[in-house]
Amino acid sequence: MESYLFPFDSLICMLLGISFTVGFTLLLVFIIVPAILGVSFGIRRLYMNSLIKLFEWATLRMERGAREKNQHLYKPYSNGIIAKEPASLEQEIQEMRRGGAEPEFDMSDIFNFCRRGVESIVDDEVTKRFTPEELESWNLLTRSNYNFQHISTRLTALWGVGVLIRYGFLLPLRVTLAFTGVGLLVVQSSIVGLFPNGRMKNYLSDKVHLMCYRICVRALTAIITYHDSENKPKNGGICVANHTSPIDVIILASDGCYAMVGQVHGGLMGVIQRAMVKACPHIWFERSEVKDRHLVAKRLSDHVADESKLPILIFPEGTCINNTSVMMFKKGSFEIGCTVYPVAIKYDPRFGDAFWNSSKFGMVNYLLHMMSSWAIVCSVWYLPPMSRMEGEDAVQFANRVKAAIARKGGLADLLWDGGLKRGKVKEVFKEEQQKLYSKVLVGSSEDRSRS
Amino acid sequence: MGSTSSTLLKIPNVEELVQETGFSPAHIIRLYDRFKVLDKEGRGHLCPKDFGAIKELAMNPIRDRIISAFFSPGKETVDFYTFVKIMAHFRPVDKDRPKDPNSPEPINSRSNKLKFAFQLYDQDKDGKISRDELLKVLRDMLGMQVTEEQLESIADRTIQEADLDRDDAISFEEFRKSLEKVNIDHKMSIRFLR
Repeated sequence: MESYLFPFDSLICMLLGISFTVGFTLLLVFIIVPAILGVSFGIRRLYMNSLIKLFEWATLRMERGAREKNQHLYKPYSNGIIAKEPASLEQEIQEMRRGGAEPEFDMSDIFNFCRRGVESIVDDEVTKRFTPEELESWNLLTRSNYNFQHISTRLTALWGVGVLIRYGFLLPLRVTLAFTGVGLLVVQSSIVGLFPNGRMKNYLSDKVHLMCYRICVRALTAIITYHDSENKPKNGGICVANHTSPIDVIILASDGCYAMVGQVHGGLMGVIQRAMVKACPHIWFERSEVKDRHLVAKRLSDHVADESKLPILIFPEGTCINNTSVMMFKKGSFEIGCTVYPVAIKYDPRFGDAFWNSSKFGMVNYLLHMMSSWAIVCSVWYLPPMSRMEGEDAVQFANRVKAAIARKGGLADLLWDGGLKRGKVKEVFKEEQQKLYSKVLVGSSEDRSRS
Repeated sequence: MGSTSSTLLKIPNVEELVQETGFSPAHIIRLYDRFKVLDKEGRGHLCPKDFGAIKELAMNPIRDRIISAFFSPGKETVDFYTFVKIMAHFRPVDKDRPKDPNSPEPINSRSNKLKFAFQLYDQDKDGKISRDELLKVLRDMLGMQVTEEQLESIADRTIQEADLDRDDAISFEEFRKSLEKVNIDHKMSIRFLR
């Protein structure tokens, strides 16, 4: 019995050894070397195109199956469950008055407020932005599907194969790459830190950062299309982008070099931060310093004033939004008075939802989700630089930049504050409504008393 | 995540809901998803705080009245069944419904819509809108934008016009009469898609 196993045993060992070596070589050749050199074989694009065809087939199959079984296919509406009244409150109230002799309080006026209130209970603009976007076609990930039922063996089998590929092959590969990328970043930036300050050091630090971020990009199988690269941020400016997930940093930093801004963390993040700072100046704040707005502004302006330092990367929304809209930009970064380079990032949700709902999932959970999706596909648009105009204050400037980013990325431009994810609405919004209504009612009675 | 049919199974009393409210199963699933989103802690019922968390509702001047309309007197929670039944008030009136004298009046009838609106005014639920209650509503809707005198004159005028039995309060019948000419269906209906 035992002698029977021995040759078998060594055969298995040999096979494993060979497959590891082959795998490792392939990894090196196809992934890491291109990352270092900044070239691409186009494998990821091929992968993406085949996936698209697969998803289309899967959706068609599901629709056909649902029709056969005569069931309702739950088609998600990205526009919501109800058709809302497009008129604003003011227009509605004016409408009420048309036909009547004089505008007066009518007991039916309350109906408008009531209806609007109930409409917002059923479907409101803000809560929608903090839940993952709904998809029209299925991407073989059960986490984004409401219709998964046993329609056909083929479809279920396909899904099963998908699971195997994603968790059995892609996930370990990506995790290995991620560790490699981060490890190389830490080690190499520490080495570069030993060089004396000067052009050589900057050159090396740029190369090191780019290489490591590119490896991380491959670790997520991120397929990124950069548009308008002639507008890429230059030294002495601030780069501003909409925020969907922590991956945004990796996506932007793999195409250009930026100085990062953030809070000092402990643990692994802290190690990475300290290593990065050795190679080139980043802005890390202690927790206590974050509250001091003047200190923050001063450090940012000092950095920007130094032409040899890299452009700062800032996400003014302050929190992750689900990539269907852009929320209010915090004005701090727009007060500094330097050139702002806006960047719009739009993810394609068909391949994997990149939105990080930080109130629901922790960072590790999120990264695991990311690494077990098919791919992360996104587009990055570099917009032409903007500066604050004469007579414009920081808030108006911020809104102008925000509108430009929203327009370019095809996202809805909302006035709402990203802080609403956790905070309460200010009373001033309620007063706005009261003002509108009173203008119609009481404004007219003033006219009457005059006549 | 589950199939349409399995989601339907999770919702209690779906058949009854469809019968009583006139919503289609698809609408009920939609409302169920919405209910779950609002019920952040997953307790299976909503409390006033959950409604308060809706940002667009928070800026509505009569927010508190709308929220309390969802809760029966004395109760602090509302379950999905009651939630849907109250939402049913806002379904557009079914024009082709056969006039069956034996079946109960549908929830979204003109009369029931008026009753819903009436309770927004009549907070102490005594069946009448007193002058005080009217003043409170006006204050809610107009805020600090008008003076006390202006409010009182509006209230006086309104009661004068609507109060037919001269008891200085507006009963439900007087309320209904004063809104005879108003297109209630249009004002108190929400267009549910599909």
